[in-house]
Amino acid sequence: MAAHEDTIAGLAAALAARKLSSVEVTTATLDRIERAQQSLNAFVTIDRDGALAQAKAADAARARGDAGALAGVPIAHKDVLMTAGLTTTCGSRMLAKFVAPYDAFVVERLRRAGTVLVGKTNMDEFAMGSSNETSYFGTVKNPWNTAMVPGGSSGGSAAAVAARLVPGSTGTDTGGSIRQPAALTGICGLKPTYGVCSRYGLIAFASSLDTPGPFARTAEDCALMLNAMAGHDPRDSTSLDRPAEDYTREIAKPASGKPLAGLRIGLPREYFGDGLDAEVAAAIDAALATFRALGATTVDIELPAVKLSVPVYYVIAPAEASSNLSRFDGVRYGHRAAQYDGLADMYRRSRAEGFGAEVKRRILVGTYVLSHGYYDAYYLKAQKVRRLIADDFRRAFAQCDVMMGATTPGVAFPFGAKSADPVAMYLNDIFTIAGNLTGTPAISIPCGFTRAGLPIGLQIQGDYFSEARILDVAHRFQQASDWHARAPRDCAASEPRR
Amino acid sequence: MSLTLQDIERIAWLARIEIDAREAADVHAKLTSIFTMIDALDAIDTSGIEPMSHAQDMTTPLRDDRVTESDRRADFQRVAPATEDGLYLVPRVIE
Repeated sequence: MAAHEDTIAGLAAALAARKLSSVEVTTATLDRIERAQQSLNAFVTIDRDGALAQAKAADAARARGDAGALAGVPIAHKDVLMTAGLTTTCGSRMLAKFVAPYDAFVVERLRRAGTVLVGKTNMDEFAMGSSNETSYFGTVKNPWNTAMVPGGSSGGSAAAVAARLVPGSTGTDTGGSIRQPAALTGICGLKPTYGVCSRYGLIAFASSLDTPGPFARTAEDCALMLNAMAGHDPRDSTSLDRPAEDYTREIAKPASGKPLAGLRIGLPREYFGDGLDAEVAAAIDAALATFRALGATTVDIELPAVKLSVPVYYVIAPAEASSNLSRFDGVRYGHRAAQYDGLADMYRRSRAEGFGAEVKRRILVGTYVLSHGYYDAYYLKAQKVRRLIADDFRRAFAQCDVMMGATTPGVAFPFGAKSADPVAMYLNDIFTIAGNLTGTPAISIPCGFTRAGLPIGLQIQGDYFSEARILDVAHRFQQASDWHARAPRDCAASEPRR
Repeated sequence: MSLTLQDIERIAWLARIEIDAREAADVHAKLTSIFTMIDALDAIDTSGIEPMSHAQDMTTPLRDDRVTESDRRADFQRVAPATEDGLYLVPRVIE
């Protein structure tokens, strides 16, 4: 197997056995990223020199015998995560030239585990979008069909893993921004419980919802990434101080004939209604049959308030965004307009020039719902309905261990199909948003393809802190299926020699 | 609820984002459709429901009151649009 086809677990083992060096893997990775850049545009920054220096250091650590668990494994970070000394753009003109002065917590933790940072991935501007069409640096293409969107907002990180450019990457999920692109590109994306991964150094969008998490091709690799990323960080006041967990502990247990015996899978009626694409519905049904064959049972449940998660989200997330993004005023960092008449005008023009249309819309929505006379009617109301959604989840998890359904109502769509109608775009996240509002963990894993060859994602949701269980459920499915092993046509194949 | 163009101009002023007349019309149309979707919340009875501001309903943890940060002014000002003698430069606000 070529190194780029290998998983994180496989590469880490090969590096530990000294069958290959990190410099070899990293060089090949950088070459593939550069070759795929024109067709996919998955990266905003490629750091060849920095990556090779880290690879040499990883090889030296291996030789000394003090290497971290993921030493030498190349990964990419979403460009919303601060990387010391490296441009961190957030997909925006506002931060196009911003060189981060420090590392985000999860970046720091993955460095400590020995990973090699090869570059920063493209994304929807300030993580606001579901198609990667709002990036200042151009759209990312879906490796399965480059006429289709990769999903968003972490579209570059998802496309890079799907195209076998890197074995793993980071994303952030505020309303589905890890799970939705994972579904649309046929890979795994995990949104952990809110508070498990520190938000320090994650450029804030909606602070009560923003959650860093991993992308990889297997659930096992997501568990290995999460082992490195999770942990308490006093610099984030919402980071949880809990004993460290080994997220591979369930996966590591030997499999029996019925490895999921006793598992109760809740099927929310609301996840199987009108609006669900027929091919997606068929793939989910087939996946459920596999889970039953593995010993699980299914139970019908109801989440009546979940249908309100999109309107709740589009009050709460813009409200928090309007507050968070007020820091971009052209004074301390970011874009400053060249021409202005006084301080207020400098703010207004710098922000008008620095932000794209979707970011401005959300700031304006947020400003409105927080403004005098509207706060109770919108913001407070949305927070109360948020509680009703959390109550639905609490009742559901009394009846089942995990919930399953499609990650998205449909598959990857063509560029431009939804960009003129924000509400149509927002409805893409109808199954994922409740996970953010409640703060519960969920993973999207590949579970089939449409006749047109586009991937279909299955979402597995669990109660708070059930990551190890969710990852194990996903892993057992992947032991019994090969959807995760399917690869798109190679977007980074070497050019033919002339 | 129906938003007017004047509302859009007022919000844009509050948000310190300059928008021209053509942009305002587009923003008005799109915000109107967003708020039509949001207005579904009106029909929900939330009497007696405690607002949920946070996933974990946790209280803010306190740390010891001691200096933990080092002086990194030069690092942080390196990314600023305009500085002088360690100060951020902005247009004159007091004549």
